[in-house]
Amino acid sequence: MKETPLSNCERRFLLRAIEEKKRLDGRQTYDYRNIRISFGTDYGCCIVELGKTRVLGQVSCELVSPKLNRATEGILFFNLELSQMAAPAFEPGRQSDLLVKLNRLMERCLRNSKCIDTESLCVVAGEKVWQIRVDLHLLNHDGNIIDAASIAAIVALCHFRRPDVSVQGDEVTLYTPEERDPVPLSIHHMPICVSFAFFQQGTYLLVDPNEREERVMDGLLVIAMNKHREICTIQSSGSEMQ
Amino acid sequence: MEEETHTDAKIRAENGTGSSPRGPGCSLRHFACEQNLLSRPDGSASFLQGDTSVLAGVYGPAEVKVSKEIFNKATLEVILRPKIGLPGVAEKSRERLIRNTCEAVVLGTLHPRTSITVVLQVVSDAGSLLACCLNAACMALVDAGVPMRALFCGVACALDSDGTLVLDPTSKQEKEARAVLTFALDSVERKLLMSSTKGLYSDTEQCLAAAQAASQHVFRFYRESLQRRYSKS
Repeated sequence: MKETPLSNCERRFLLRAIEEKKRLDGRQTYDYRNIRISFGTDYGCCIVELGKTRVLGQVSCELVSPKLNRATEGILFFNLELSQMAAPAFEPGRQSDLLVKLNRLMERCLRNSKCIDTESLCVVAGEKVWQIRVDLHLLNHDGNIIDAASIAAIVALCHFRRPDVSVQGDEVTLYTPEERDPVPLSIHHMPICVSFAFFQQGTYLLVDPNEREERVMDGLLVIAMNKHREICTIQSSGSEMQ
Repeated sequence: MEEETHTDAKIRAENGTGSSPRGPGCSLRHFACEQNLLSRPDGSASFLQGDTSVLAGVYGPAEVKVSKEIFNKATLEVILRPKIGLPGVAEKSRERLIRNTCEAVVLGTLHPRTSITVVLQVVSDAGSLLACCLNAACMALVDAGVPMRALFCGVACALDSDGTLVLDPTSKQEKEARAVLTFALDSVERKLLMSSTKGLYSDTEQCLAAAQAASQHVFRFYRESLQRRYSKS
């Protein structure tokens, strides 16, 4: 389905309001929308609501052989899916640009920042490691998918418990949840993305743009940071910022 | 306007035993339904059966691609997404079953050359998934205001090795059962719209009768939750 086009008068109205530092939903320029996090019954399942944007995150694990050049490290795999429920324009063939951009950003934010200790995911070096798979599903698109997705990913990873494994010589025993309590992942820090929409070469910055503001913005700046004030990822896209 | 209706329905057999949560007879798990929870889709519903939860979103009647349009009725499309991994053959077959059920019930001739899309997302799977998907799809179609000739519901039952029938089985019961049957029934005359079975069984009538009796409870739950949503008190 094609996306409903944004009318010129709506665009002008939004831009004029932003110039006067006003936002349609009454927030200040640096205000975030309300965040609600709820957990499901399985380990590693969570739903994050950032205003009306909703993301479902689920973490699962599997024993696989490691990559050849990283024989002692586990594998982290991220998959963000823009469900067709989220917006009528998200059809399977049509969202590739946005999807690739979001997935790549998620990977850089969570995998390259080394927030999960992949060495602890190794069971038998060179043969068996844990592959942690994070599936994120966007359920409702009201702007700022990246922030909601990064929160959902890190919350699901913290909530997740993997089965306990013990290695004795050559024997590897995988315990079921009934035999031994599942073990949490070892997480060093929690990077969270914050998005800024900028207008007119960076003169006006808005935090947490909603869907209408995203449509009229000039560019987007995403900064991923953790609690210790370390920057994990920065990405600026769109027009230039001064 | 977002309306939350958490209507709970718990049905127990009259002679339910005290120790196990469900007696050895007809009893369904705890239901809950929430409608209009997503802002973008025309209709949305989240249906919970015990620990199984499915979220459904409906877009329609809307624009359809020329290659897919049907000249005299609406094109119905169902998309089912699992929680983990990419959708596979099992999802495709469930989509087809749900689509056939919806096509039997939705008045497509009122909206020719349009598309009605039902998107289902599995939020948690603890048994009776197909039945929960059917219920969520029906509630979402109602929330979207799509014209239908009847409501429909899904009821799953499992036959274990000594022939006892368990309605609305959990995933453990489904694994240990000899056969698992899922029926889609309509609300007007409890007629069978769709059935999907797996395993060895001989007595379809008994299972169908039990499902029809259970569907009464599901339809009563639909009615109560809609009444609560639209009442002014």
